[in-house]
Amino acid sequence: MTIRLATSETQEAVREAGRASQGPYSGQSVPRVEDSRLIRGQGQYVDDFTTSNVAYAEIVRSPLPHARIRGVDTSAAAALPGVLGVFTGHDIVIELHALLPVIAAGVPNRRQTPPQYPIAIDEAVYEGEPVAVVVADTRYGAADAAELVAVDYEPLPAVHDLDAAIVEGSGVTHADAADNIGWDVALPGEGDVDAAFAGAAVTVTQRIVQQRVCAASIECRSVLADYRDRLTVWNSSQMPHFNRMYVAEGLGLPESKVRFISPDVGGAFGSKMGPYAEDYLIPIASKLVGRPVKWTETRSENLSSTSHGRGQVFDIEAAAAADGTLLAMKIKQLVDIGAYFGRTGANPIVSVQLSGGCYRWPIIEARSIGVLTNKMWTGPYRGAGRPEATHLVERVMDLLAHELHMDPVEIRRRNFITRFPHVNNFGFTYDSGGYHGALDRALDAIDYTGFRQRQADLRARGRFLGIGVGCYVEISGFGPSWQTAADDHEIGLTESAVVRMHPSGAVSVFAGTHSHGQGHATSFAQIAADALGVALADVDVVEGDTSNTPFGHGTYGSRSTPVGGMAVYTACQRIIEKGTAIAAHLLHTSIDDVSFKGGIFTDAATGERRSIKDVTLASYNRGLPDGIEQGMEATAFFDPPNFTWPFGTHICEVEVDTHTGVTKILRYVAVDDCGNIINPMLVEGQIHGGVLQGVAQALLEEVQYSEEDGQRLGGTFLDYLVPTINEMVPTEVYHTVTPTPTNSLGVKGVGEAGTIASSVAVINAICDALEPLGVRHVEMPASPQRLWHLIHDGMPAALR
Amino acid sequence: MLLVHFLRDQLGMTGTHIGCDTSQCGACTVWLDGDAVKSCTIFAVQADGHKVTTIEGLSTGQKLHPMQQAFHDEHALQCGYCTPGFIMSAASLLKRIPHPTDEDLLHGLEGNICRCTGYVNILKAVRRAAEIASNETRDDEAEK
Ligand code: FES
Ligand code: FES
Repeated sequence: MTIRLATSETQEAVREAGRASQGPYSGQSVPRVEDSRLIRGQGQYVDDFTTSNVAYAEIVRSPLPHARIRGVDTSAAAALPGVLGVFTGHDIVIELHALLPVIAAGVPNRRQTPPQYPIAIDEAVYEGEPVAVVVADTRYGAADAAELVAVDYEPLPAVHDLDAAIVEGSGVTHADAADNIGWDVALPGEGDVDAAFAGAAVTVTQRIVQQRVCAASIECRSVLADYRDRLTVWNSSQMPHFNRMYVAEGLGLPESKVRFISPDVGGAFGSKMGPYAEDYLIPIASKLVGRPVKWTETRSENLSSTSHGRGQVFDIEAAAAADGTLLAMKIKQLVDIGAYFGRTGANPIVSVQLSGGCYRWPIIEARSIGVLTNKMWTGPYRGAGRPEATHLVERVMDLLAHELHMDPVEIRRRNFITRFPHVNNFGFTYDSGGYHGALDRALDAIDYTGFRQRQADLRARGRFLGIGVGCYVEISGFGPSWQTAADDHEIGLTESAVVRMHPSGAVSVFAGTHSHGQGHATSFAQIAADALGVALADVDVVEGDTSNTPFGHGTYGSRSTPVGGMAVYTACQRIIEKGTAIAAHLLHTSIDDVSFKGGIFTDAATGERRSIKDVTLASYNRGLPDGIEQGMEATAFFDPPNFTWPFGTHICEVEVDTHTGVTKILRYVAVDDCGNIINPMLVEGQIHGGVLQGVAQALLEEVQYSEEDGQRLGGTFLDYLVPTINEMVPTEVYHTVTPTPTNSLGVKGVGEAGTIASSVAVINAICDALEPLGVRHVEMPASPQRLWHLIHDGMPAALR
Repeated sequence: MLLVHFLRDQLGMTGTHIGCDTSQCGACTVWLDGDAVKSCTIFAVQADGHKVTTIEGLSTGQKLHPMQQAFHDEHALQCGYCTPGFIMSAASLLKRIPHPTDEDLLHGLEGNICRCTGYVNILKAVRRAAEIASNETRDDEAEK
């Protein structure tokens, strides 16, 4: 067996796009700067840090989804040698000055947001909720002591089924709440929906379920806190500044007295945004025992108590004319919030707001209901809202095509948005696009016409091949402050950088973002080296420490390059501006006569030149012109005017074994347009990883709960199926390049792109394969068992 | 005490990582007398009298082991957390099977989980390291 791995096409796409490069590095697959330490085992993740006298914490968690806590007996645990303290909710709450934040900027008219303490006090509302914190001399000592904490639980009925939870008079997630409704928001469409449906040639109705999944980064979460005259916290996080802001408030400390360090972070995919309960509990524990305290999540804890992704259900009705023209869509969305808002509110509405996909819809009418349940809260997971939206609309396109006996590609072509900027049904402005181009490229790469022939031939021989198309447009580059700071009390999602040129001419870039695999140490260095005309090796990128980087929101939402990268670029421009003034002084000429290119300031009149190194050294010298301070550094906060709107088409070819229900992916073509590309190699890596995560949601992954009592089932890597190398998808990566007009680098972000259309490309392919057997729709994960039942349950006995 | 905790907490050798509690992820892979083992599945005392090699001991001075070099060259790591375990498994695999088929590679590496790369570049890297190793053997043989 030889697996065909496509050769890289991304570098070629950059060349073809023929963009005037900003310098020698941008657009090149520069090898990663950060690898050197990581391949030697010299990376430093939170659990790798230690300090003298460090103690270890273990968290006692509720094993039940819902229970009253009648009492916690800590005496046996506290009596164990080496135990430094055992703290219950009552001990912790005394130290608290503020609760965990409710981050739900996107959700207007919230009905209730249950107050969230970092630890249960009298009622535990999800399985995995902290109930006590044990601190001991050693890791094993803490674990042993935690076993001895005796909690007296009175089990309460758990709310877990979304449909049941919104019925009046159903049980409640929080004992003192009236119902389980977190929000109920109507997003009315413009126009007469009912008339549109009445005049339609075809309509389809479908429920589409986005199951709960785990991000399952291979590094679990970890916190090391050292509470002295100031608080230092090492925290495996995507957003150290943001967490510092909230934890400082929670502990009643000035933000300036708290330092958060997120060192190397071993993956996150949205799940390490926080702040989490432990981000409060461990600093408080350190304060109470008077020693540094470290806590590291186990995988079992990670699967129960790190935010889950997706968890949304859509009831859809859609209508089209006989020629395939889309007429209207109605959506009812149920969002499984979990027991607390956490970060749930940050993304589910996006699923609705982008539900129109790449198409012109005269009307979309939607209603979104957030449902509180006795489960861990859901939060952003790679794509956060866009995979849900794309899955929804791309299933609908296939269902409509099926009703119309039309090729699924044809119905897409007939409805693509072709003019930009385009304001979508919910008021977002797609800045640029070229949807036909991406689709054509993908069809060509996978030989769509040839496939249909092969498919027909093989069907005749009893083999079931299918092809699935997923076209997407996504929202990236979070985000313009005018759209992201919902009111006067919230902060806009701008991003920051400090660029410092040292007297030697070497460059430090301090960024508010935080790489956790994306490779900023390389890509940001490429941006800075090109902008300043210095050697890449002279640039060092620093992220993740609130004591030396400017306030930033961190890395998520495919924002680092289009927002953070632009902050770096803007700071570099400010350096050049100052450098120009100093160069003019050195060259005895006026500023207007000095130009800058490739690291050289040139006097247009005389042709005399000064390098940026010389100018930088001079900037630290005496005799600068009036009004110019010493030094060469600049700070920039970049506030983008709009989001960016990457798009693309993914096509997947599968074969389903109807005897076993097993799906095999035969080919996978990804065409992504992320605008200009800084580092093709990094972009391809993001696509590879993203595609497999989407495919894994389609085929393997699901957090399961007992239908009977809402108890979570399983909870280790034995039963939660993250893909191994056996499930690898040999993705063929292609691009179209449409630079965004939203920023001067023309970059859009690519961190999530791979996940967005991949789950639906797989499911559409499976539906296509099984169409002759009467299968119209398949829910995720399309496990062998699920497919076998779909195939066999409805089949006449003679055919089984 | 588990070998992985002994390495990390007692010796301060933190290149070997922990990614699960059920021996699935392979982040903790080290060599025991030259063979890859998951250091979360054995006690430190069981390693008594044996030679343990971790990622820190794989390169010689500044010179990288060919598998480390191949992971870098093929962009086979993103967050880098699975990487030490992956490199130790893959390097050990090539010692056992110098000319692996793709089947050998999938079978030999299915005990290591990576959540970032989608495995595409990992497969490329291991193939490349195998190729380089077999070219080197051929050169050595030609010299003899
Ligand atoms: S930590 Fe050893 S296999 Fe996961
Ligand atoms: S590189 Fe992140 S888990 Fe493999």
